[in-house]
Amino acid sequence: MTLRPEEWAALMLSLKVSGVAMLLSLPVAIYVAWVLARREFPGKALLSAVVHLPLILPPVVTGYLLLLTFGRNGAVGGFLESFGIVLAFRWTGAALAAGIMGFPLMVRAIRLSIEAVDPRLEAAAATLGAGRIVRFYSVTLPLIAPGILAGAVLGFAKAMGEFGATITFVANIPGQTQTLPSAIYAFLQVPGGEGSAVRLVVLSLIVALGAVLISEWLARKVAQRIGQG
Amino acid sequence: MSLQVDLRHSYPGISLDVQFEAGRGVTAVFGPSGAGKTSIINIISGISKPDGGSVQVNNRVLFDADTGVNVPPEARRMGVVFQDGRLFPHLDVARNLGFGARFAPGGLDRIELARVVAMLDLAPLMPRRPGTLSGGEKQRVALARALLSRPEILLMDEPLAALDDPRKDEVLPYLERLRDTTQVPIVYVSHSLSEIARLADRLIVLQRGRIVVSGSVEDVLSDPAALPFVGVREAGAVLPATVVGHEADGLSRLALSGGELLLPEVKAPPGSHLRIRVLATDVLLSLEVPTGISSRNILPVTIRSLHKGSGPGVAVQLQCGEDQLLARITSRAAEELSLCPGLECHAILKATAIPRGSIGLARSNIPT
Repeated sequence: MTLRPEEWAALMLSLKVSGVAMLLSLPVAIYVAWVLARREFPGKALLSAVVHLPLILPPVVTGYLLLLTFGRNGAVGGFLESFGIVLAFRWTGAALAAGIMGFPLMVRAIRLSIEAVDPRLEAAAATLGAGRIVRFYSVTLPLIAPGILAGAVLGFAKAMGEFGATITFVANIPGQTQTLPSAIYAFLQVPGGEGSAVRLVVLSLIVALGAVLISEWLARKVAQRIGQG
Repeated sequence: MSLQVDLRHSYPGISLDVQFEAGRGVTAVFGPSGAGKTSIINIISGISKPDGGSVQVNNRVLFDADTGVNVPPEARRMGVVFQDGRLFPHLDVARNLGFGARFAPGGLDRIELARVVAMLDLAPLMPRRPGTLSGGEKQRVALARALLSRPEILLMDEPLAALDDPRKDEVLPYLERLRDTTQVPIVYVSHSLSEIARLADRLIVLQRGRIVVSGSVEDVLSDPAALPFVGVREAGAVLPATVVGHEADGLSRLALSGGELLLPEVKAPPGSHLRIRVLATDVLLSLEVPTGISSRNILPVTIRSLHKGSGPGVAVQLQCGEDQLLARITSRAAEELSLCPGLECHAILKATAIPRGSIGLARSNIPT
C-alpha cells in the first residue's frame, strides 16, 4: 500500500498532534488526578465537573469555545499572540483541541490508579522521613505507572480520533491542520476520493491496534517491575 | 531519650484522654480493640492530629495544641512498625531498607545497615520483593526499615497481630534481641499479654480511651486489682528465672527466687536468665505440703492480698521469694481454706501449664 503525499501528510500530522497533545497534557492530568484523588477542598466537585466537561459537551461546542477563547480575538488567544504564539487554524491548535478532548479520559484512568494506592503506604513513607514531593515521586508515582500508561494511551487514541472540536477550532487545511479523521472526511466529500479514504481508514486501524498492543505489553512490563504481576 | 505524651482526642464512639511518659526500654500499651491504641500511635507519629494536648521528645515539642506547633510526620523522627508491615511493593527488600535510611541524619550508614541486617537475619531476603515474603519476614523487614531511619522513638503498632502463632514465635526472639541492644525507647502496642509479658518493661492498660492501670510489667501483672482489666484468662504474673540444667527425661530445671520449677524442655543453655509468665488460672493453693500429687512444681508462698471481683473468683497475690505470683481461685475455696493476708501456703503449678510462648529471654542476657 503506497500513500499519496497528502495522505502521508495527514498521517504524520495526526501522529505529531496526538503525541504533543498527550505529552503536554499528561503532567497536568497527573496533577489534577492527584488533587481529585487525595485532596479535600471547597470547589472539588466543580473542578471535577469542569475536567469532565469535554466528555459531555458536543465536540463542536468545545471547538467553538476554544475558538472564542484561544482565537486571535479571544481573551487568551490575544494574550498569547503578543508572545508570537498562534493557535487558531494551526497544528498547535489541533494539539490543544486534541489534548483537551483527551484530558478527562487521562484524568479518570490516573485518578482511579491513585485511589487504588493505599494511602497508608504514603503515611509509612512519611514516618520514614520522606516529604510530600519525595513520597509522590518514590512511592505513589511508581505504583500508579500502569494507570498513567493507560491514561496516556487513552489520551493518545482520543487525540488520533478527535474530529469535531478540531475541525471547528482549526478547520481542515491540508498539510497544516488536516488530521487523519479530517482527511477521511474531506476525501469522502469529493468524487473519487474513496480510495484515499479507505487507505486512511486502514491506517487508522493499524495505528489504533498498534497503540493498544504496545500499551498492553508495556503494562505487563510495568506490572512485573513494580512487583504486582 | 524520653517521650512525653499528653493527648485528648474524641471521635465517634470514643474519647481519648491519655498521659504517659516512655523512656528507655519497652513501654507496652495494652487494651482491647477499640480502646484507642492505634490512634495513640498515629497521633504520636504525626499521621493524625489530636484535638488537644502535646507530644514531646525530650524537650523537642512535636505537637502542642496550645501553641499550634504540629511537626509533620517526616520531621518527627519516629520509627513506626505497622501491623500490616506496609513495605513498598515496588521495591525489593534492599531498597525498602534503603528508603528507611535515605532520610536518616547522615544518610545510609553501611556499618549500621550491616548490623541491622545481621541482627534480623535479612541477608538472604535482600533481593526479594515484599510480595514473595512470609508475614514474619515482612515484619522483620519493616522493623529493620524503621530502625535504619534512626528514629528517636520506635513505635510498634501490634507488629505480630497479623501473624499466626508459629510466625509469632519466629519473630519474637528478634524483638527480644532488639529490646536488648537498642537505646531507643520503644512504645509497643498490643492486645496480647503473652507478647507484653515477654517483651515489655512497663505496662499501660488502656480501656475506652483512658489509662486504668500502669506500672512495671511485673507489678501490673501480679496486681490482683488489675486482673479485671487484663482479663481473667489472660492474667498471670511474670517472674524471672534462671536455667539450672536440663534433665535426661526432657525436663528443664529452673531456679526462681523462691524455689525451683521443672518445666518441659526449655531451649536455653544453663545460666540463661528467663522471664516466665504463670497464668493465674494455672496456680493451685494448698495449706499443707501436698503429697501424692502429679505436679513436681510446689512453691512455698505467703499470701499478700486477696481481691474479690464481681464474679465467683478471687485473685490472690502471693509472695514467692522476692517475686510475686498471682493465683485465681473460687471465693468458696478461699473461704473454706480461710485464706488471709500473711498466711503461708503452697502454690502448685502444673509443669505443662506454662506454654513455650510464655517463656522469653530476660534482659540480663544482654552481651553488651
